[in-house]
Amino acid sequence: MSPSAAATTKSTAASTINAVTIKDLRIVVDSSGEDIVDEVNLAIAPGEVLGLVGESGSGKTTVGLSVLGHARRGVRLAGGSVHIGDSSMLELDDKQLRAARGHLVSYVPQDPSTSLNPALRIETQLMEVMEFHGFGESNEARRERAVEVMGEVLLPGTRQFMRRYPHQLSGGQQQRVGLAMAFACRPSVIVLDEPTTGLDVSTQAHVLTTIRQLTSVHKVAALYVTHDLAVVANLADRVAVMYAGRIVEQGPTRTIFDDPQHPYTRYLTAAAPDISGDHTIVGLRGRAPSPGKRPVGCAFALRCELAIAECHEVFPAVTEVAVGHTVRCYRAGDVPDRTLAKGVQFGSSSTEGIALALRNVCCSYTGLQVVHDIDFEVHQGECVALVGESGSGKTTLSRSIGGLHRDWTGDIILNGSPMERSSRDRPTAQRLSIQYVFQNPYSSLHPRRSVGESVARPLRVAGVGKHEAQRTVGEMLEKVSLNASYAQLYPDQLSGGERQRVAIARSLVSRPSVLICDEVTSALDVLVQAAVIELLLQLQRDLGLAMLFVTHNLPLVRSLAQNVVVMADGKIVEFGPTDHVLAHPTEEYTKRLLADTPSITQALTSGTLASKPRRAISPE
Amino acid sequence: MSNRWGLMKFIGRRLFLGVLTLFIVSIFIFAATQALPSDAAQSVLGRNANPERVAVLREKLGLDKPLLNQYFHWLWGLVRGDPGRSMSNDVPILDFISARVVSSLFLLTLASAISIPLSLLIGAVQARRRDKTFDQISSFSMLALASIPEFVIGVILVITFATVQWKLLPAVAQFGTDRAWQHLDQMVLPTATLVLGAVPYISRVTRAALIEVLDSDYVEMARLKGAPERTVLWRHALPNSLGPVFQVIALNIAYFAGGVIVVEYLFNYPGIGGALKDAVGIRNIPVIQFLVMILATVYVLVNLIADVATILVTPRLRTRVS
Repeated sequence: MSPSAAATTKSTAASTINAVTIKDLRIVVDSSGEDIVDEVNLAIAPGEVLGLVGESGSGKTTVGLSVLGHARRGVRLAGGSVHIGDSSMLELDDKQLRAARGHLVSYVPQDPSTSLNPALRIETQLMEVMEFHGFGESNEARRERAVEVMGEVLLPGTRQFMRRYPHQLSGGQQQRVGLAMAFACRPSVIVLDEPTTGLDVSTQAHVLTTIRQLTSVHKVAALYVTHDLAVVANLADRVAVMYAGRIVEQGPTRTIFDDPQHPYTRYLTAAAPDISGDHTIVGLRGRAPSPGKRPVGCAFALRCELAIAECHEVFPAVTEVAVGHTVRCYRAGDVPDRTLAKGVQFGSSSTEGIALALRNVCCSYTGLQVVHDIDFEVHQGECVALVGESGSGKTTLSRSIGGLHRDWTGDIILNGSPMERSSRDRPTAQRLSIQYVFQNPYSSLHPRRSVGESVARPLRVAGVGKHEAQRTVGEMLEKVSLNASYAQLYPDQLSGGERQRVAIARSLVSRPSVLICDEVTSALDVLVQAAVIELLLQLQRDLGLAMLFVTHNLPLVRSLAQNVVVMADGKIVEFGPTDHVLAHPTEEYTKRLLADTPSITQALTSGTLASKPRRAISPE
Repeated sequence: MSNRWGLMKFIGRRLFLGVLTLFIVSIFIFAATQALPSDAAQSVLGRNANPERVAVLREKLGLDKPLLNQYFHWLWGLVRGDPGRSMSNDVPILDFISARVVSSLFLLTLASAISIPLSLLIGAVQARRRDKTFDQISSFSMLALASIPEFVIGVILVITFATVQWKLLPAVAQFGTDRAWQHLDQMVLPTATLVLGAVPYISRVTRAALIEVLDSDYVEMARLKGAPERTVLWRHALPNSLGPVFQVIALNIAYFAGGVIVVEYLFNYPGIGGALKDAVGIRNIPVIQFLVMILATVYVLVNLIADVATILVTPRLRTRVS
C-alpha cells in the first residue's frame, strides 16, 4: 500500500496524522543479505488498531520489532523508513533509540512468562520504565502512576501485589504486567506481538478488552501482530496480511473477512475455525517458503490454484480495489468468484458399538485428586471433543486413558474389556489398539530415528517382519498425504505440519480402534492446522476410528466433533452433541467459555469488541 | 519473616545432610587406611621389620582391638577435636598441622579472591563482546591454559620469574614458623599457579551463562523498554546468570583445597598438601585420615554455601523453600 492510500483510509477522521508510518521497509539476514521482509508499507492512525496477520516465519514479528528500531541478532534493518511522529526510528543513534523505546513506542511480548525478569519484583520492572525516561517528577509521582496503570490493566496496585515476583503471578496477570509496563509512559505507539497466544480464552478476553480500551481511550496507535484471525476480527480496525515477508493484502477488517481479494487471504479465512456459523475448515497443502528463500515472482504462486505464468515471473504491484483496500495479485478480481473445495464434513452421530467407556474415573496427581468421577463413552466412528481450560484436568484424564498416567481409579473399558492402569501392564494387542498423538510434533518424534523407523515401531512391537512393516509404512505415509519417500527423512528435515502427519501415521499404523489426540494442532499455524484436521476427519471416517480430541480450542470443536465433553476443575460440566452444546449451553461455565471465545462471524455482524457489552472496566 | 525461617530450615537440612556425608566419608577413609586387609603397622615398618616392634606399634595404634572399636574410637576423637597423634614423631597431630591448615587456607583464600573477580570480569566482557576479537583471543588462550596441567604452569612460572629468565621472585616458599602473610613475595607464584588453573573454567561458565541470559526474552524486553546497557547487564542479566557461576566457583574452591597438593609440593609450600604428601610417603595413617577429613569438610561446606547463594539470587527457589 502506498502511504497516500494509507492516509485516505482514515478519511473518516479528517484530522489524522498517522502515528506510525512504515515505508518500503526491507529487513535482511546479516550474513547472506537475503531479505526476510521487503516492500512493507503500513500506516496506523492514533487510536487505531492494525492487525498484522501471517503464518510463523512470515516476518510479522520482525516488522513489529522494526517499529522500535530493533532487529534481532543476525538480522539487519536494511532499507526504508519507520516514522513515529518526527522520529525516524531507523536513523536514531543508540541513545535516541533508548529514549524512544518504552516512551514513544512500547512493546508487549508474546510470552509473558519468559519476558518478565524472574529475578526482579514486578514493582521494579514497572517503575524502571518510568525511571529510564524520567517520566513523572518524583519517585512518588511515578509510584502513583504505577498504581494507576495497574488499575488500568485491572491488577491490584497494592504494595503487597507489586512486591511479587513474576513466578507468583498467573499467565494472565503476567501479561497484564506486560501491558502496564507498555502503557506506563503513555506511548503514542504500541506493538503487541501475539500477547494472548498462551492464555486461556477467558483470560484472553480480559486482556483483549483491556487493550481495546487503553488504545482508544489514550489514542494509542497499535500494531497487533498475530496469526489468530478471530482475535483480529474482534480487535483490529484494519488488517494487513503478510506472506513470506511481504504484505499481500491490506484493508478494513470487515472487507478482509467478507471480501478477501488475495487467494492467500481467502485460504486463511477459510482455514480459521469459527465458533459460530456452520463452517467447515479448509486446509491448504504445501508450506510457505522459508525466510530469504522466496521464489521469483509471487511467493504464494506455488500453492495457488489460480496462478498464471506471470505470477512466477514478477511480483504484482499494489492494486487499490476499493478505498483503503489494496492487494498484490494478478487474479485479484477472480478470487471471490471461486468457491473453495468443500471441506470434509463429519458424519452424523454414531450408534455403533461403544469403543471406549469411562466409568467413575478419578485421577490423582502427587496424592491430590484432580479429576473426579468421569463418565462418558466414545462410539466407533465417532469423535468426541474433550474441552477445557488449562488446569481443567483434561490432559491428565487423556493420559490416564492412554496408560501414561497411572494414578487413577475407576474403569476405563476398551472394546468391552477393562484396561490396566499403566500401559506397561496392558497386553500388546490392547496397547496397539489405543493410540496417542501428542501436542508438540517437535518433541514427540525421536530425532535420531528416520520417519520410516518411527512409523514402523508399533508394527515391530506387534511382531510384524521388517519387510512387511516397511511396505505398510509406505502405504500409511501415503494415507496421511506424505509420500513413501518420506520414510528416509529425519524429523528435523520436516515442517511442523509434516511432523504431525508422521506422528498421526505412527499412531494409525497399528490399526487402533481408539485414537487420542492431545491438542494436536495447537503448535501449528492455522492453514496447517486446517489441513491436519481435514486429514484426521478423513481418516477417522475411512477407518471407522473412535477419536477423543482433547483441546482448549472451542471453535475447532465445531468443525470436528459430534459430541463434546466440557471439563472444568476436574469435573464434567456439560456433555452432549456439539451443535446443541455450542448453540444452547445450559451450564454457566460453558456459557462463559463461549462468550469469551472470539468469533469472527459475531465480530463482523455486531461490530468489534468495544461496541459489545463487555465486563465493566474500572475508570481511570 | 517466614521467608527467612524457610531458608534457615533449608540450611539446617543441608547441614544435617553434610554431616551425614562426612560420616559416610569417614567410613570410607577408615576402610581405605586403617582397616585394609594388609597390616598397617607392618606396612609402616616395612616387610623386614622386627616382629616385636610391629606388635608394639599395633598395640599403640589400637590395631589389636576389634575394627568397630578402632573406628568409633577414632571418630569420637575427631568429634572432640582430637585427631590423635602423629605416628612418625609421636606429637599431637593438631600441634603441627594447624599452622599448615592456616597456611593452606590463606593460599586458598588468596587464590579465590583473585581468580573469582578476574574470571567474572573476563567472562562478562567476553559475553558482552561475543565473537569479537577480545572474545576470540581470550577464549582461545583460556582453552589453551585449561589444557596445561598445573605443575607445568608452575614450572613455567618458576623458570620465567624466579630462576632462568628473571630472578624476581622466590622460587620456593620458606617461611618456617612465620605466618604466610608475613612473606607475601613467596605467595605470588603459588597463588598465580592456582589462579591460572581456575580462571579458564570459571570465566568459561560465566561467559556461557551470561550469553544465555543476554539472549533471553527478558533482556530483549529490557532493551525495548529503553534500559541503558549498564542496567541491562547489571540489573537484568547478571543476577540471572549467577546460579551456574556459583556452582562452578564452589567446584573450583573445593578443587583448590585438594589440588593444592601438587602446587604446594612444587613450591615446597608448608600447607596441608605438603603435609598430606609427606604423610602418605611414610604411611602416617592418623595424619592422612585427619587431612582427608578436612578436605572433605571444605568440599561439603563450599557446596552448601554455593547452594544457599544460588537460592538467595533466585526468587523462584527462594519462595519455594519458604
